[in-house]
Amino acid sequence: MTDVVATAARPATPDWVRRLPEYLMIWVPLLLSAAHLVTFSLWTIWISFTPSTLVPVTGWVGLRNYSAVLVSRNWQIAFDNLLLFGSAFVLLSLMTGLLLAILLDQRIRGENVLRSIFLYPLAVSFVVTGTVWSWLLNPGIGIQKLVHDLGWTSFRFDWLVDRDMAIWTIVIAAIWQSSGFAMALFLAGLRSVDADIIKAAQIDGAGPIRIYRRVVLPTLWPITITVVVVQLQFAISAFDLVRALTNGGPGIATQLPALVVYDLMFQRSQLGRGAAAAVLMLLILLAVLLPYAAWRYVRQRRTTHA
Amino acid sequence: MRERTFAPSRLLIYLVVSLVAAAYLAPLVVVVLNSLRSNEEIAQASMIGWPQQWAWNNYARAWSGFCVAETCAGIRPYMLNSALVTIPATIISTLLGAIAGYAVSLWRFRGDNWIYGIVTLGLFLPQQMRLLPWTIVLRDVGLINTLTGLVLIHTIQGLSFTTLFCRNYYVAVPHELIRAARIDGAGFFRIFWRIILPLSGPILIVTVIWQFTHIWNEFLYGVTFTTGQQQPVTAALIALSAAIADIPQHGVQSAAVIIAALPTLLIYLLGGKYFVRGLTAGAVK
Repeated sequence: MTDVVATAARPATPDWVRRLPEYLMIWVPLLLSAAHLVTFSLWTIWISFTPSTLVPVTGWVGLRNYSAVLVSRNWQIAFDNLLLFGSAFVLLSLMTGLLLAILLDQRIRGENVLRSIFLYPLAVSFVVTGTVWSWLLNPGIGIQKLVHDLGWTSFRFDWLVDRDMAIWTIVIAAIWQSSGFAMALFLAGLRSVDADIIKAAQIDGAGPIRIYRRVVLPTLWPITITVVVVQLQFAISAFDLVRALTNGGPGIATQLPALVVYDLMFQRSQLGRGAAAAVLMLLILLAVLLPYAAWRYVRQRRTTHA
Repeated sequence: MRERTFAPSRLLIYLVVSLVAAAYLAPLVVVVLNSLRSNEEIAQASMIGWPQQWAWNNYARAWSGFCVAETCAGIRPYMLNSALVTIPATIISTLLGAIAGYAVSLWRFRGDNWIYGIVTLGLFLPQQMRLLPWTIVLRDVGLINTLTGLVLIHTIQGLSFTTLFCRNYYVAVPHELIRAARIDGAGFFRIFWRIILPLSGPILIVTVIWQFTHIWNEFLYGVTFTTGQQQPVTAALIALSAAIADIPQHGVQSAAVIIAALPTLLIYLLGGKYFVRGLTAGAVK
């Protein structure tokens, strides 16, 4: 760096000693952060190839942990659930978010208040959300009980205890918690649409719905992809919400990969298999993130070259 | 579109928006009302209802009365645990992230792009990939089941976010400013203190709100690395509902849920604009 030359004349304190505090402040936190990411990932991957059970041990079992996880009913149900939960949650929260954003974009009164209402669940922990929804959806004390008390005794809303429907309770709670996120991004996107283009379309005689479909919505697709990726990332690693809402039940009907990992690692003391399940989670995540990264890379190059 | 059209369609818009808003508010309203109803009243009717008698003492019992496992101190100790983890971890990770973000964006040094690239991978790496190594490391250094251990984890993990936020903010600072200061002989810390920090108000607020909300609401590490009296409030809430599942005390539990959610809700109400900015900044990465 340039001031090396300037201070070279003073041999009393070498430059690197004088600058030690800044080197430490820059490098120690960054190195700790980077090192823990790299070593911890490799460490977990390594454990997934060992016969570790109660404690990590050395040894090599090849892909045996992976095959054990993959053939287990627990994982298969978790994976099926993830596919259903992931696609339903992402699709519905996209639609909810887009609808809310379009409605809020109509210059309505009280927009700020409404926006705050749609976003506040994001400030609350998934544990709180899960707990509250577990009460509301519990047929014995929640919505079903209320409707029964009001006189409609044949009313049924017992998804929470229904093996086939329980996964939908997680979809409901997850949408309630995070569709505001989609709304916030979409609204920002709508607001950044060039007003001149809209005016031009209006002059051409296009109605509001037509303008939305032909002019406004097409500009939103990059935001849509970002929202989808962020929400998928949440869905893949969802743990707190499920733990608080159904705890994987009834039985193992709402099992998800993150719960399988926790169960194997800390309840069944199958560290090797738990690590394998964690790596599988990472692979699922990469299947989403790598195409996204490639897409962003291509897009960035295109815009810088254009 | 963006013009005021005639009334019927606007009425429909208001109707839909109000209905959805009511649905978003309903769970909060239900819990607040429940926190003011007696356990018996809830057991007789349902979770959804207007208090017949206002049971204000639910809050006192939730705060310091009811029992989780063998200890009967309410959720006060767990709230304290959460505060003792969240506040230091938020402050330290924000400060270190600001310095790192400044170093990466304006100071530039050999290998900065590399290390920054690796650090931001932390935004994507699932917690499950770090659970076992953290368990082993914490046990080896004697920090398992301690609040200090959780502070350490949240500080190191938080760096990925805080560095990213600050770096993206600082890249907009003109390099000439730094160059001129360096020619005047100002060093790394002096420039940070005199030039960068005074510019950093908004991004520091965004980062602090983001970190506070995330660490306060975090559950997996809390429940994995701590037990009993050392648990943060999110883990204690789960333990609580498991412990009293036989004889539910929904009034007191509702009060406990409200108390546990209050810190982040208050921060959201006070700094909503910055909260949203953090959300979008975290998403666009």
